[in-house]
Amino acid sequence: MVKENYIISSCVIRNKTVVKNKKEIFALRTNEVSSFLLEVYHFLKIDYPKFYKMDNLCKLGFLTAEVLLKDENIATFLPEESAIVLTNTHSSLDADLKYFETTKTFASPGLFVYTLPNIVMGEICIRNHFKGENAFFVFEKFDAGFLEKYVAGLLNDKVNQLCICGWVDIFREDYTAVLFLTGKNKKDNSPVFSKASMENIFNNIR
Amino acid sequence: MKEAFIIGHNIVSPLGNTTAENFSSLLKNISSVKQHVNPGINEEPFYASLFDEGQFITNHEYTKFEQLLMASISKAVEQVDINLRNEKTLLIISTTKGNISLLETGPFNESMEQKISLNASAKKIASHFQLQHNPVVVSNACISGVLAILTALRFIHAGIYENVVVTGADVISKFVYSGFQSFQALSNGICKPFDKNRDGINLGEAAATIILSSHPKKEMDGETHAGNIKVLSGAVSNDANHISGPSRTGDELSWCITKSLHDANLSPADIDFISAHGTATLYNDEMESKAIASAQLSLPPVNSLKGYYGHTLGAAGLIESIISIESLTQNTVIPTMGFREMGVSNHIHIIDKIMHIPLQHCLKTASGFGGCNAAVIFSK
Repeated sequence: MVKENYIISSCVIRNKTVVKNKKEIFALRTNEVSSFLLEVYHFLKIDYPKFYKMDNLCKLGFLTAEVLLKDENIATFLPEESAIVLTNTHSSLDADLKYFETTKTFASPGLFVYTLPNIVMGEICIRNHFKGENAFFVFEKFDAGFLEKYVAGLLNDKVNQLCICGWVDIFREDYTAVLFLTGKNKKDNSPVFSKASMENIFNNIR
Repeated sequence: MKEAFIIGHNIVSPLGNTTAENFSSLLKNISSVKQHVNPGINEEPFYASLFDEGQFITNHEYTKFEQLLMASISKAVEQVDINLRNEKTLLIISTTKGNISLLETGPFNESMEQKISLNASAKKIASHFQLQHNPVVVSNACISGVLAILTALRFIHAGIYENVVVTGADVISKFVYSGFQSFQALSNGICKPFDKNRDGINLGEAAATIILSSHPKKEMDGETHAGNIKVLSGAVSNDANHISGPSRTGDELSWCITKSLHDANLSPADIDFISAHGTATLYNDEMESKAIASAQLSLPPVNSLKGYYGHTLGAAGLIESIISIESLTQNTVIPTMGFREMGVSNHIHIIDKIMHIPLQHCLKTASGFGGCNAAVIFSK
């Protein structure tokens, strides 16, 4: 039997703005993407030196997940019960171009590792001790219908309790991250996990 | 829950353009890994498994990556009686770097960005085969191929699609070669998985396709095909330890294996052989041996096919699955080319000779950058 799942929290980072559960929590007017991501890091008062080593895709995904999980009581779940399913359109092209530049002189292993889009999931897993299902898919645009089917399938398995899913995309100065924390247990006002509720949040419909 | 049958498959590699040609080369112990002189990829001569320079050349219509996928898909769909245009048919593409070699051909501009885009490739292939749905692209490092099979399995189990064509490819160019070289991960000869003297991987080019269906393959007379192989179960995990090095314990891969066994209602004793990832790096093979041993699988024969094909990245999980499926059909386990002396600390049964034994269940594993692990079980 397929049970209902819920969107426990959501976080959107785009247009120099950070939104949690549809409420703006941080905004900055004029800045390029690297400094914006650093400002968000400082705003969140995180002390995590690994952040500075990450490429921009990982920084964006990492910060979105930080906001998404903040104040959510997820410590009760086992690492193996916590999954991540992410999608985007540019894959790791932002890091690919930066790495490719270094091949003309001295190829950088520190940059090469970021030329895979799933590394952002690895960073989120390390930070939050998520050890469950992982998957990274590339689509032309946000495909809530696909995520609904794939993630509902995962949550239908009795092991999987929690899943971070959504979209983390960056290429040069253009970026959008929209993540959903989904699970089997309802919180106050949690929307049902569905294509429509993900699209509402993605498209900023209040 | 619907069952998932494997009704067709193909491998296009330097060893041949069909599964049969590939399997017969492996039976003869032929490797496609050899020394190449190609300054476009590396200034010094290097070992890899590459197509001849005249094969699959990017033209104005299709890139090399797209041509590889199309060649493999065409050969696989020839074997089956499914309607690709049906709304219950999905295509899944597995790749790590797709068209990235195009960066080496000229300045990066909008037209190149469009050509490199995995979505653009997916659309071209969908339109070539007249598919209704846009293909799903899986890009999850070295587990991409196994994850693509598991994605198909889940959609078939849930009854969302009836037929899924799972295909994958990667192209080796300076971009990928220099990256693995910068990690000092490349071997100076044919790689030696699980061996005491292993010194790194070989890179390889290939494409492969597996067609899964909720309907078993039929014989000409309408009877169900006796040789139908099923995908039973599988799982994915993350080490949550390091982005470019594997788990120190192997517990997370071991968890994947145990969960796959549990979901298939099998015990470790039911597994007749294991197709490992076996990249021939120090750390991967050591981690894998720990994972396999702690999943109580020290007894069944284990192989790695990296000595035959090199590491074909997004195609690897598919190629190694197809060879395993062919092994189940022929009751023949392919040995581990390059393996001589045990070089991992946990006892597992790496084989270096062909084994002809009755086979029913096979476990395939994979691990990759980002700390990802995957396992899948095939059965007849």
